[in-house]
Amino acid sequence: MVSRILKRAYMFSLYLFLYAPIIVLAFYSFNNSRTRGAWTGFTFKWYLALFQDRQIMTSLYYSLSIGVIAAFVATIIGTLAALGINHLKPIPRTVIMNLTYLPVLNPDIVTGISLMLLFIFVRLKLGFLTLLLSHITFNIPYVILSVLPRVKQLDQNMYEAALDLGATPGLAFWKVILPEIMPGVVTGWLLAFTLSLDDFVISFFNTGSGVSNLSIIIYSMARRGINPKINALSTLLLVSILALLVTVNLMMSRQRHLKIREESE
Amino acid sequence: MKKTWAAYPYLFWIIIFTIIPLGLLIFFSITVQTASGIVFSLDNFRRFLEPVYLKVLMRSLSLAALSTVLCLLLGYPAAQFLAAHDLKHRNTMVLLMVLPMWINFLLRTYAWLPLLERKGLINYILGRLGLPSLNLLYNDFAVMLGMVYNFLPFMVLPIYSVLSKIDRSLIEAAEDLGADPALVFRKVVFPLSLPGVFSGITMVFMPAVTTFVISRLLGGGQFTLIGNLIEQQFLTVGDWNFGSAISMVMMAVILISMGFASKYETEQEGGGLW
Amino acid sequence: MDNYLISLINVSKDYNGAEAIKNVTLNIKKNEFLTMLGPSGCGKTTTLRIIGGFEYPSSGKLLFEGTDIINLPPYKRKVNTVFQKYALFPHLNVFENIAFGLKIKKLDPKIISKKVGRILELVSLSGYEKRSVNSLSGGQQQRVAIARALVNEPEVLLLDEPLGALDLKLRKGMQLELKAMQKHLGITFIYVTHDQEEALTMSDTIVVMNGGMIQQTGTPEAIYNEPVNAFVADFIGESNIFDGVMLEDYQVKIFDKMVRCSDRGFDKNEPVDVVIRPEDIKIVDETEGIFQGIIKSVTFKGVHYEMIVQAKNMEWIIHSTKMRPAGNSVGLWVDPYDIHIMKKVTC
Repeated sequence: MVSRILKRAYMFSLYLFLYAPIIVLAFYSFNNSRTRGAWTGFTFKWYLALFQDRQIMTSLYYSLSIGVIAAFVATIIGTLAALGINHLKPIPRTVIMNLTYLPVLNPDIVTGISLMLLFIFVRLKLGFLTLLLSHITFNIPYVILSVLPRVKQLDQNMYEAALDLGATPGLAFWKVILPEIMPGVVTGWLLAFTLSLDDFVISFFNTGSGVSNLSIIIYSMARRGINPKINALSTLLLVSILALLVTVNLMMSRQRHLKIREESE
Repeated sequence: MKKTWAAYPYLFWIIIFTIIPLGLLIFFSITVQTASGIVFSLDNFRRFLEPVYLKVLMRSLSLAALSTVLCLLLGYPAAQFLAAHDLKHRNTMVLLMVLPMWINFLLRTYAWLPLLERKGLINYILGRLGLPSLNLLYNDFAVMLGMVYNFLPFMVLPIYSVLSKIDRSLIEAAEDLGADPALVFRKVVFPLSLPGVFSGITMVFMPAVTTFVISRLLGGGQFTLIGNLIEQQFLTVGDWNFGSAISMVMMAVILISMGFASKYETEQEGGGLW
Repeated sequence: MDNYLISLINVSKDYNGAEAIKNVTLNIKKNEFLTMLGPSGCGKTTTLRIIGGFEYPSSGKLLFEGTDIINLPPYKRKVNTVFQKYALFPHLNVFENIAFGLKIKKLDPKIISKKVGRILELVSLSGYEKRSVNSLSGGQQQRVAIARALVNEPEVLLLDEPLGALDLKLRKGMQLELKAMQKHLGITFIYVTHDQEEALTMSDTIVVMNGGMIQQTGTPEAIYNEPVNAFVADFIGESNIFDGVMLEDYQVKIFDKMVRCSDRGFDKNEPVDVVIRPEDIKIVDETEGIFQGIIKSVTFKGVHYEMIVQAKNMEWIIHSTKMRPAGNSVGLWVDPYDIHIMKKVTC
């Protein structure tokens, strides 16, 4: 009994450790005072300032557009790659898979710097394009790793059966192969999009000409100490993540309900 | 379907964006710029052996190692709690552990500033209690706190995932053979959880040793880890050759330790997050 | 009472209101090979786990040599268990698995290796000390699990469907080996299975369980020949079970026929279950039988033929070494002592 209370107290303090800083941050986003620890009154002014800050709003736009485009391109290249890799002979397959793991295992800073060296070497001006290319590069392996298990599960005869029934190879791919691997493709896209939004280190080395994403803006502001606009921004981000999680959970439980209803009918 | 051509765009991409950049990195690390042009030389690596830089490497390794140990000590009991067979609301509690990982890494690090700074919440509370205020920010403590805070879930989750897969009958078998709870843990549960522990150690140690964000934000401008050293060489000093050499050293450290860990994991055929 | 090694007295166990076992009372003698037999979910494994200490009963007493051990944790009990899926430690090799319990008792390493060597010889696995348990076949893993439990020289060995994962041939071999081991070592075995043939082959005593309750306890012969109710009769071997009415002692009405039987002591006109084993029904000429019917199908089963006979609107299963072709009209004869009358069970 005593040990149970101790365990619960331990878990409680651990969760407190994980969440207290975030909650305090959200709390301060409504504080009138700029840097003081003390509460000096409720305000929405930091949120207003946040929305009026052109730099932050532009970086949000860059984060989202880079995220969407990079995830999209990476999903196409990665899905095709997963389909192709599955048919390679063992030795080339091992070589390619090891090269695929390399950016996953390599420290971000090394990936970021080596890409920067490449862009400078070929005289590509650092900016939107280089940022996009670098994001596609680190996204592809994650797409491959989420699609490949699905491809391996594919029944080899299914494609042949489609051809046998009169489908052209293209049609067979659209109607048979793609629906089968779709869950992996969707997971891959989502993973790529999230990683792209979250990335700082690789973006940091591969951007320029005034193009910044959210992470870079947060870094440059945070380097100068506390900024209430960041507090407001993180509160908004936190709320949107929570909203997303709740929606996903609700959708999943609704689907489960429907399934149970169907089964019982 | 013998369509290996589907992998060609990716192959093309790897060559341009993975192999050539790494080749450039190697090239820069083994050359130096002299008045007469580019010369092959191992001077960059030799320079890294100077005490100033070795000290930075040792400091990075020891801070990362200490944070990893702290994460393990804090995280293992938490993983055990989450994996307990009679836990109610398990999914919610695991989700609460995963959730912080979804918040932007920079924000998570930044979130400590309002707590730790000179006029921050902790010092405000201390002041109200009549206690002297503390220097909490811009030191080793703050950097380590940032590492533990950011990477703790990466330690808890792989250990939890291995622990929750341990067959209960193995624990019963050990009890049946005379092992009391402490012995069951030492002889069965802990050895079986080692793959998760190794996985957790790599997932904490690797980002901790290479970070330059935590040290910059919580350690202040003068705080130097090996990641900051690389960043400086490329962005402020402009010595790409030396910066590349340090990156090569760091890559070697990481890939070698990963190799050991993954070898152990496959031997034990345990599950981790990867 | 003090003659018994283990006694369960009125033991019940419920999981959140669902009763797994109800009022189980069971006495186990020293050196006995006792089998708990029943369909899955009948409570046999729960009973075994209570004896092993892995489940805490909701009520009742568990005596070991006369003292109540209900509050004793598993690691302090003088029993060892062979688990259903063996539960071998995957991170330890064969030697380390078997030596696990001995090392905990802090025995001298020399004694440990001597004991492990001897037990490996007993289960015919000498030379496998250094092997990883994952590299062993199912049968070998089974032997290691048994050796790991036996090496501690327990007074009682609990076995939870230990042969369930093995194929038929291996299972038959292991049954004989287990029985021989038990005789040779003089240890009490409590064995759980749902396989009636296994129970009949190995046991000194069989406890038939169903719905969390003990249905019958007895020797294999008694259980087979004199089942106390239709459940036991049906579960042990194949049976034809009909509704009947007991007219008076030694007289039972089956369908519309008065038939002589060897049972007595029922109320007048009491409805009963009438159980007849398939091998006890003899096929005779149509005119000589008690009942008349038509052979629907014949299947060759190796030692005997199995014939399904349609008589009195019921299908009768009959085992016989003599075959009559399907379609024949035949008579069926049963000797009075082969007709078993059982009280109806209401459940």
